[in-house]
Amino acid sequence: MKNRIHPVLIVITVLTFLFLLGPLVVIIGSALSDTSYLTFPPQGLTLHWFSNIFEVSAFTRTMGTSFMLAIGGTTISMLIGIPAAYALARYRIELPAFLGNVFVLPILIPEIVLGFSLMKSLASGFGLPIFIALLIGHALIVLPYTVRVVGASLNSFDFSIEEAAVSLGCTRIKAFFVVVIPNIRAGIIAGFILAFITSLNDVSISIFLTGPGVSTLPIQLLAHMEQFFDPTIASVSVLLMGVTVAVMAVVERTLGLTFLTK
Amino acid sequence: MSNRMRAWLIATPATLLVTIFLVLPVLATFATTFGDPKGPFATYSAFFNSRFRTTVLWRTMEVALVTTFISVAIGFVTAWVVARMPSHLKSLLIIAAVFPLLTGVVVRSFAWLVILGKNGVLNNFLLSIGVIAEPLSMLYTQGSVIVAMVYLFVPLMILTLVGVLEGIPQDLTDAAASLGATPTAAFRQVVLPMAVPGLIVGAVLVFTGSFTSYATPQLLGGEGQMMMGTFLYQRAMVTFDWVGASTIAAVMVVVTLATVLTMSRVARKLNPMAG
Repeated sequence: MKNRIHPVLIVITVLTFLFLLGPLVVIIGSALSDTSYLTFPPQGLTLHWFSNIFEVSAFTRTMGTSFMLAIGGTTISMLIGIPAAYALARYRIELPAFLGNVFVLPILIPEIVLGFSLMKSLASGFGLPIFIALLIGHALIVLPYTVRVVGASLNSFDFSIEEAAVSLGCTRIKAFFVVVIPNIRAGIIAGFILAFITSLNDVSISIFLTGPGVSTLPIQLLAHMEQFFDPTIASVSVLLMGVTVAVMAVVERTLGLTFLTK
Repeated sequence: MSNRMRAWLIATPATLLVTIFLVLPVLATFATTFGDPKGPFATYSAFFNSRFRTTVLWRTMEVALVTTFISVAIGFVTAWVVARMPSHLKSLLIIAAVFPLLTGVVVRSFAWLVILGKNGVLNNFLLSIGVIAEPLSMLYTQGSVIVAMVYLFVPLMILTLVGVLEGIPQDLTDAAASLGATPTAAFRQVVLPMAVPGLIVGAVLVFTGSFTSYATPQLLGGEGQMMMGTFLYQRAMVTFDWVGASTIAAVMVVVTLATVLTMSRVARKLNPMAG
């Protein structure tokens, strides 16, 4: 017996999805407009604004910084987050219960507060180079994603397989790499990707830690928007949407997107 | 090596990162707010006695609450319909909700700059159909900030609730119906109580997210619609009043943590599955 859905609810749902996707269509359209100002629907079509991205050195430079930060920060958080997730799942009795909450702190504490505090202590207090401070900040804010997503994979992993390898003479370290890692591969890939995209899009941490010469793409976009209003911003936005599409394709192939509703 | 030692050893690097680069710097921020020579709480009484600062706080609360209510309402209806769709259509709709969620905050706020601007999409449309004679000033108002924030958080709400609503077995509503409940009664007495914990979790995410946001109020609210996040940035990086900024930071942390802790307790209490 299938319940009928009330037509009013269907109408609301259709409107919601128009609301969600419409603005993205506006961005794509205005990126293609053959005018020197942002407008939609586009008047005349051109790809000029996409090539213009690479003419503006501030965009290419910050794009490079953003990708390096996202890869570096995510890698650091993976290198320390996977062991942490493993410890939490494998040694549930040996570790205090609050430890799991410690790794959630970076999403519990408002990011803008964290950015301000890091700026005061790292960049200003210890005089750390800007890029290093940014790297630490990004590793920190993506840590909850890596610990949680890898942890979800580990919770469905049967640790007796690992014990079997050890009892057959495998060292613990080798068992971790040969038995555990291959079994939680999907979680590692998904965690990496979620962390990567979070870092790439970050504003609240980076806004405090960028300085003379070093900035990230979202911060550069914000600064550009406050001064100019040409379609280049829209074309950079479309480029970033392209990264999102690529990321979704990878998640779909490794875990299936329904994973995100769990 | 004992298991306990091994466990601590491998959890140490991540624990150290959080302790050194989050716990200590944030505590240091709090500490500076108590160092005023006029007494430990002088900065807080200055905060709450200033008309301007409390206005920013209440405005932020108001924007966050309105955003939460609208997002919960839209998100719940949409998730309810999505959860009942045949599976291929459902995956398509979930992709349509995930896509904006993974697109950055700057890009998504920027879209509303293009839509709501003086020469924006909406004004041009309204002018062309003759509803208005002069372009409306929609940007840099509380309304523009709320629209953009609802836009940011509806996908999050949909995804949280689709999972929750899918988990409610159809058998239960069927059973209620076979015992004579009208669809409305079955919804109110069976579905809603089971969905409440998920609704609360989603609402907390939206509230804390909008309460602490920076990019959206910066782009769409401007100086006149300053919110806690933009206020903190302005005090720290424009006027270099670090003690003032730290006080704003502490107020933000207290509001966020109080919301999360109270609401997760409420959610646990209301969860019929927990008994």
